[in-house]
Amino acid sequence: MAARSTFPAGLVLDAHKQQACGTPIIELPLPTHVVLALDQGTGYSAEPVVAVGDAVATGTLVARADHPYASAVHAPLAGIVVAIETREAAAQGGRSVCIVIEGDGSDRIDASLRPVTDPASLSPEELVQRMRDAGIAGLGGAGFPTSSKLASARDLGAQTLILNGAECEPWICCDDALMRSAADDVVLGALILRRAAGAVRCVIAIEDDKPAAIAAVTGAIERLRDDALTLVVVPAVYPQGAERQLITAVAGVEVPSGGLPADAGVVCQNVATAAAVARWATRGEPMLSRVVTVTGSGVWHPGNVRAPIGTPLAALIAASGGYRGTPLRLIAGGSMTGRALPSDEVGLTKAMNCVLVATRDDIGSRLGAVELPCIRCGDCASACPAGLLPQQLLRAALADAHDTLRQLGVRDCIDCGLCDYVCPSQIPLADRFRDARRRLNETEAMVKKAADARERHDLHKHRLQEAATAEQQAFASVRDRARRRDDDSAGDTN
Amino acid sequence: MNASAVVIAVLVAAALAVTLGVALGWAAARIEPDADSLVERIDALLPQTQCGQCQYPGCRPYAAAIASGAAEIDRCPPGGEVTVRALAALLDRAPRALDPAFGAPKPAQVAWVDEAKCIGCARCLPACPVDAIVGAPRQMHTVITLQCTGCELCLPPCPVDCIELRPAPAVSRRYRQPRAA
Repeated sequence: MAARSTFPAGLVLDAHKQQACGTPIIELPLPTHVVLALDQGTGYSAEPVVAVGDAVATGTLVARADHPYASAVHAPLAGIVVAIETREAAAQGGRSVCIVIEGDGSDRIDASLRPVTDPASLSPEELVQRMRDAGIAGLGGAGFPTSSKLASARDLGAQTLILNGAECEPWICCDDALMRSAADDVVLGALILRRAAGAVRCVIAIEDDKPAAIAAVTGAIERLRDDALTLVVVPAVYPQGAERQLITAVAGVEVPSGGLPADAGVVCQNVATAAAVARWATRGEPMLSRVVTVTGSGVWHPGNVRAPIGTPLAALIAASGGYRGTPLRLIAGGSMTGRALPSDEVGLTKAMNCVLVATRDDIGSRLGAVELPCIRCGDCASACPAGLLPQQLLRAALADAHDTLRQLGVRDCIDCGLCDYVCPSQIPLADRFRDARRRLNETEAMVKKAADARERHDLHKHRLQEAATAEQQAFASVRDRARRRDDDSAGDTN
Repeated sequence: MNASAVVIAVLVAAALAVTLGVALGWAAARIEPDADSLVERIDALLPQTQCGQCQYPGCRPYAAAIASGAAEIDRCPPGGEVTVRALAALLDRAPRALDPAFGAPKPAQVAWVDEAKCIGCARCLPACPVDAIVGAPRQMHTVITLQCTGCELCLPPCPVDCIELRPAPAVSRRYRQPRAA
């Protein structure tokens, strides 16, 4: 079943891409309100800098990123901040503090926005800092701030920038649509990112099932004539677009376990992130919108939409013709790694590349499936692109055997879901491993906290001991002096 | 087989027995059993809250008591069943239920100072076994949440009862899978 592949294992899946890919990108009109989650998908939140009742213009900073894994959030429309509260969101844990902005229909633009007239005149450090201020985050699905990734790549001396246009997950085709319509932006963004990362080469990798995107990007590269910018075509095997697998396929090196791509001399960015960097550089626009695939049998007109960050998903689905039939699940992401969402009131995040409105036809075969015991067929091990042994991991995960989990590399699991997909016993393996990783992290945090507490307790005892000794000595010296005085006065009377 | 071979064999065996016996006897008298390393290993499994619920003044004294056989392994409510099981595995004993005489396990908690009520008496400062309370006489006190072990030892010295225990912040906000019963 597995076709020629440039990373071990993997699987060719039904792509389901034709549904959404036929039509050009729709520009969504400004919604009436936006719900901006302060956790844009990484688990770390930005800090609000506006208050309820404040008027904001398009592009006004509403939350600043203090943590390196959070990204700054800007108002995508002009209006009034009507609420700052915890809501259901497409964030880690399903909830996040959100800033809700009611649009006033005007087109006021924040006065501080200005294009970067000449990216080549800025030092790489300045470029990274200004991308951070502009809230540029990875649009490939993780939402990790681009600035943090570029800074660590430069520190570790990465020489090659790989632009990820593989987009291997079923249903999703927003990157494909973007490359077809804005290949020049992708290429311009690639040059800026290459400079900011301190890399000497840039490789754009696209899967071979996207001939139109390959042609468009090839044309854009030819117009530019830059020898250090090349295109490689990689086979369409899931998970080709996973960072580590793509690096193995393109650069022929493996990212070490527990390491970063930069340890292998590579930094990866998504093609959509590159296009967003180009928009920021040419128009001065911070990250205000993204292209998202709205698809599945549960909407009338699947397609790709450019929508402001924070757009309620209900508005996106309405723009795609509305609900059709009886949708079972609303999923952020594709059918393999996507997460079910609690409602269509949540706002679009930077990390959300696809809204899959799935009916029983799309995902029904696994719904309500009864989990059967593992029969040790080994299909999961032959599918695993990370080279792990899922059936061994499962035993260790069920037994909470943390040492074994670590040895078997549970942290090298990339959460691609292929083991679930091939399992004839319908065991939700990837879920189990995700949960095992969380418990492993919690246990390690507790062990570390206990070690810290022991050290602090030892110091505490030492400090009390010293204080007691000092007090005793002070008392003894006072007593001695008093005795001497008594002796002296006794001598006088004699 | 002749008689001399038998005699030689008996003599060699006897000499070996005497030498080894003397060596072992000397070793038993001179080389102390390594009690410290056992205490260390027991201490490493305890939660280090230093709360004293086991009736020993801290985790290490309790570890020493377990090592010497003075205390059972069922006296640590903050560690809960996980700790009892780990101790049982280390000491090769049968796991047992926690002794309710020493308290019941609670969810992780941290102390919190009501700054409106705190009078700055500084009495809680030496009571905190991990120095997680910051303050000075007649100054506002506060708790360093990340370092607080939730031992409750700061509660009795407080004259105005301005310290309360609150649920500890979650280590991870990630998705939790319901465990199968």
